[in-house]
Amino acid sequence: MSIAAKTVSGVGLDLERVRADFPILQKTVHGKSLVYLDNAATSQKPRPVIEAISRYYEETNSNVHRGVHFLSEQATGQYEAVRKTAQEFLNAADSKEIIFVRGTTEAINLVAQSYGRAHVRAGDEILITEMEHHSNIVPWQILCDERGATLRAAPINDAGELDIDRWERLLSPKTRLVAVTHISNALGTINPIRRIVELAHRRNTPVLVDGAQAVPHLKVDVQALGCDFYAFSGHKLYGPTGIGVLYGRSALLEEMPPYQGGGDMIASVTLEKTVYNKLPYKFEAGTPDVAGVVGLGAALDYVRGLGIENVGAHESAVLDYATSAISTISDLRVIGTAKDKAGVLSFTMGNIHAHDIGTVLDQEGIAVRTGHHCSQLVMQHFGVEATTRASFGLYNTKEEVDRLVRAIEKVREVFA
Amino acid sequence: MSDLRDLYQEVILEHCKAPRNYRGSPAANLKAEGFNPLCGDRFTVYLTMDGDSIRDVSFQGTGCAISKASASMMTQSVKGKSAAEAEKLFESFHRLVTGLGHCDRDAELGKLAVFSGVSEFPARVKCATLAWHTLQAALEGKQETTTE
Repeated sequence: MSIAAKTVSGVGLDLERVRADFPILQKTVHGKSLVYLDNAATSQKPRPVIEAISRYYEETNSNVHRGVHFLSEQATGQYEAVRKTAQEFLNAADSKEIIFVRGTTEAINLVAQSYGRAHVRAGDEILITEMEHHSNIVPWQILCDERGATLRAAPINDAGELDIDRWERLLSPKTRLVAVTHISNALGTINPIRRIVELAHRRNTPVLVDGAQAVPHLKVDVQALGCDFYAFSGHKLYGPTGIGVLYGRSALLEEMPPYQGGGDMIASVTLEKTVYNKLPYKFEAGTPDVAGVVGLGAALDYVRGLGIENVGAHESAVLDYATSAISTISDLRVIGTAKDKAGVLSFTMGNIHAHDIGTVLDQEGIAVRTGHHCSQLVMQHFGVEATTRASFGLYNTKEEVDRLVRAIEKVREVFA
Repeated sequence: MSDLRDLYQEVILEHCKAPRNYRGSPAANLKAEGFNPLCGDRFTVYLTMDGDSIRDVSFQGTGCAISKASASMMTQSVKGKSAAEAEKLFESFHRLVTGLGHCDRDAELGKLAVFSGVSEFPARVKCATLAWHTLQAALEGKQETTTE
């Protein structure tokens, strides 16, 4: 198995070695070797991540920020070291701007419930796009319902790109916050975040970026982007499930009320009054997922070791190859043809339902996502109920794309 | 491919391409909408009852081959039956597609037996039963149901 990855730094990825790092890729499914093309849902985990979690439980397990004993200090040290790694990964100005959460969904809910409830009033507006994942729609709906505010969604064009002129026209003095995905999970569209931030900041409106799909594919620099909040999940970045990061600019986080109350987020408690802990602990109530954080740290180190630029270049080579390979299949319609795109190939095929396609591909050992991808606004825009989505990770190869194409031909045989 | 052919039997594919009783029904006195939020499948089932008996049944909507063929064959199977007989047939059908097998008190499934392959594909059980759940909701006077 070999593949020539486009190289940026001149190093590229050693695919054979990289694939050997992921034990699950050795698996067979229905008697065929697994082709895992559901990376936008969750990525597989390399051995260093799996081992870091086991090692933590075998050698370090203890509660953090609490004990004076040896293990607690070690656990705290490892936990806080990952905060530093995450800060470097996003190029945040300060490690106190890194809040550990369960994932992107919790990060967005935190901002909606903390920043949102403190700032959004009746008659205000929150602006999102039509290509948002439900996790960047529903938390704002809940907030707007509670506050008597209005949620607006800027339209996308038929390539699946944000219509930036209409976006700008929807920004108004009433817009209290804009929340936008960096890369669409259903379409692969990369949004022009710097431009979006510039337009919003001109009106003193803060910007939240849903980075769940972006961090696995491209270098994210929150200071260069200029965004106020940036959220991502560990599990889409080759780390464990149940752990993620909210980056927030410290000026905003400082004045935001806590999201949840509990242990670790307090400085002192009396029945009359509680003084909250400083950042980032104010937003980390209760015993955190220490093992998850340790696993996330291993994942960040793993990706940094390969070089995110190398990963991105390889994936775009595979995506280009796949896009051109499936374009030869008749009746196949690619949903999402943005000029600036990463990681995702979503398609429909004549009248054949995505679920039927998914079942046939599964029998061939190929894992894809079928359905609305938690993006029903996108499905409505394109007038489809569901799509089949192949999404690529750093370990996918052109040979696997060839197997996908052959399996799609089999779909046609079954439903001829 | 043999496994796939167990699921996608010719009869099923044929019903998917040319679903029977695929129409709205202005005369219907009961109807319900069924929705599977997981995949977006959505069917409306229309019933024209004559007392306790299903005089006419039809459906409309969108879904995968399994859900559409199942809806189509369901309309053929329950037409002319009483509400209780239709419920009993659903019970037997449910046992079939979930792999619980046939028991003595089961209703006669007839052509519906072609759905036996579904039991090997647990993710598709909801597809096969969506129309049936919708029928049940209509008979019970509910307007909406989901299989999630």
